[in-house]
Amino acid sequence: MDVLVLAAGHVSSALGESTQEHLLAARHTQALSFIFHIPLVCFGIAFPAMVLFTEGLWLRSGDPVYKTIAKRWSKVMLILFAVGVVSGTILSFEFGLLWPNFTATFGSVFGLGFTLEGFSFFIEAIFIAIYVYGWDRLSPRRHFLCGIPIVITGLTGSMFVISVNAWMNHPTGFDLVGGHVTNVHPWAALFNSQLPFELTHMYFAGYMVAGFLVAAVYARAWLRGDRSRYNRAALIIPLTFAALVTPAQLIVGDWAARTVTKDQPLKLAAFEGLPKTESGAPFHIGGIYEDGEVKHGIEIPDLLSILADHDPNGTVKGLNIAPPDDRPPINVTRLSFQTMVFVGTGLALITVAYLFTWWRRRRLPRSRWFFRAVVLAGPLSLLALICGWVTTEVGRQPWIVYEVMRTEQAVTDAGGLPVIFFSLLAVYLSLLGAVIWLLRRLARSSPEAAAEPQGAES
Amino acid sequence: MLPEICLGLVIAGITAYAVLGGADFGAGFWDLTAGGARRGGRVRGMVQQSMGPVWEANHVWLIFVLVLMWTCFPTAFGSIFSTLYVPLLIVVVGIILRGTAFALRGQAATIGEARFIGALFASSSVLVPFCLGSCLGAIASGRVPVGNAAGDPISSWLSPTGVLVGGLAVITGAYLAAVYMAGDSVRAGLPDLARAFRARALIAGSVAGVVAIGGLVVLHDDARSLFDGLTSGGGLVFVIASALAGIATLALVWVQRFELARFSAAAAVACVTVGWAFAQSPYLLPDRLTLDQAAAPNATLAATLIGVGAGLVVLIPSLYLLYSLTLRGRLDQEFEPLDQRFQPLPGSGSTEGGT
Repeated sequence: MDVLVLAAGHVSSALGESTQEHLLAARHTQALSFIFHIPLVCFGIAFPAMVLFTEGLWLRSGDPVYKTIAKRWSKVMLILFAVGVVSGTILSFEFGLLWPNFTATFGSVFGLGFTLEGFSFFIEAIFIAIYVYGWDRLSPRRHFLCGIPIVITGLTGSMFVISVNAWMNHPTGFDLVGGHVTNVHPWAALFNSQLPFELTHMYFAGYMVAGFLVAAVYARAWLRGDRSRYNRAALIIPLTFAALVTPAQLIVGDWAARTVTKDQPLKLAAFEGLPKTESGAPFHIGGIYEDGEVKHGIEIPDLLSILADHDPNGTVKGLNIAPPDDRPPINVTRLSFQTMVFVGTGLALITVAYLFTWWRRRRLPRSRWFFRAVVLAGPLSLLALICGWVTTEVGRQPWIVYEVMRTEQAVTDAGGLPVIFFSLLAVYLSLLGAVIWLLRRLARSSPEAAAEPQGAES
Repeated sequence: MLPEICLGLVIAGITAYAVLGGADFGAGFWDLTAGGARRGGRVRGMVQQSMGPVWEANHVWLIFVLVLMWTCFPTAFGSIFSTLYVPLLIVVVGIILRGTAFALRGQAATIGEARFIGALFASSSVLVPFCLGSCLGAIASGRVPVGNAAGDPISSWLSPTGVLVGGLAVITGAYLAAVYMAGDSVRAGLPDLARAFRARALIAGSVAGVVAIGGLVVLHDDARSLFDGLTSGGGLVFVIASALAGIATLALVWVQRFELARFSAAAAVACVTVGWAFAQSPYLLPDRLTLDQAAAPNATLAATLIGVGAGLVVLIPSLYLLYSLTLRGRLDQEFEPLDQRFQPLPGSGSTEGGT
């Protein structure tokens, strides 16, 4: 492993070396755009399946409540998709605006994934439009069929993008000769070995975030006394989607941790703040990493070895395998990793309570605390999602392409990066305000009115 | 050969975005100039109805172009984006404001909200194509050197050629939008709007033609090699073809054959982008980087072509479905003059449905 670390980092940037003084502003701009976009991705992944499932219930049972729900959700789906189109465009601009040297040097290696994603996105846009504008205009069967491509492209689109992120964490599909990228194999880069777990992890996260956030809206209405069939169905459907996925996510998380242990031992060491390679490595809950050790945390002996190796005596590599300059920021990585794990575990407990009650009693739990927990689970799942991405992205630092290209080599030499950051911050804040304003307004109009907005069928 | 094919895809993408996305921006131009809330309500209602089902799909062409550029011509992409960061940042902000405002405007509850959201939508619809056009002008006039932010961040695009192409992008979009919406109005059974958009199309088309011809004078002084390329060989052929298609469109609009005019208008724009590619051949960044120097390794280009081919197999039938449903009016919402619900008494407009 030491050999790999020493041999790395010698790519020469295609546009010459960068001399940017505001690297952090570029990273913050990227993080900001990403934090805004990634929840929308979750809805792109999971919401179409929920809408379609509900429409399917309507087609099978003829119960208009399901149609009302599906139709309303599909409008929300379109709005979130439209905002996602926009924020996704921003991300693609940022490949050039912030990281031109990354794109110029490695675009030929990783670009294929985005080309394919472009088509996926295209087809998603087409069928979302047909689906949402086609209510009561296409036959119910055709309308339902037009929803299926949206579900499929939700999967393929995220797969291609995540493939690029997985590649940045585990770059393959090219050789470095004298610092130059040669012998490019774009297909090998696309289907790299980190793709399977990253995709599964994110795909499940999409169902959790969309499921819990939608369920939270109706759990809140329940707490306020709405016991209508409409509200009950609109709560149970997304909650069930989330509940089926959440316990499985813990297993995928374990798979992820073990792959990181193998491919990116430094990142794993940063999850704990493990200063030196050791066997039977402990895990500290809470605390902060200072002066080469974790202080004020609750130590659980051998837990890191168990997590990383499934063996209490397993050897875990510490931060000392790399010089300080090559280590990721420990505390940010640690804190976000721990937040993700604890929130994820908490969410799993909620869903186990739900599934257990459903299995034994065929009904929702009766306690108000359960509904309060579901209301909380919405924003918490979002927090876990963002912390998960911070873990993997900050944990990859100081590299943009792991152990090949440093982030500071990739950044633009353009001026005004702080200006870009603050103007985008202002825009994103107003955008967030606008989306919340709109969703609240949609939620306020009564379900009865939304059922047949046009009066008669046309 | 592979680099030429990939460049062809980029040009096709730019053309599609100019023809389809450009018209969506142009719709915003007519929204901006429609007048007060009462007078402009019907025009704005038509803008809303025409763009609704198609604008997200139309917008994806831009992403397609960017992605193809950085995959197939990565050095050129990095050079362009790092030098032209100012207009591209404006584009980014404009795209955010425009997309969001369009999604939100139907939900406005007061005339004040509606005015504010509408103004954001309309003004960013003019700003974005201007900046994108000026970037193309900066590239075509050889103001983007190879390197990390190596060119001038301001004078590269706020140059005579940049301003010319930016202005042309705005006016062309407006022209296309007027032609398309005239057709949409006929289909929706709204003859007053069809007349209004016909007049707009005739005016915008004439202005676009005058600007394009006058622009050649600007290019003669400011971007001589581009001028030479456009006035000889393949470049000249396409410039003439574009002029003919433009005149044909004006004639078709005059005689109210709007559905045919859709296609000739699109052809006029396509001829300009293809002619531009001929004019600066063999360079991707004029006088600095040839197409072959800029091209990614063959393995990448081949993989991209396979990916695009596979994608098109799925995309073409899907697009066909969308546009055939749209053009047959199957996805039309009931026509409603925008913001009329804020008026105490709706004007003379009929509100009968378009289906």
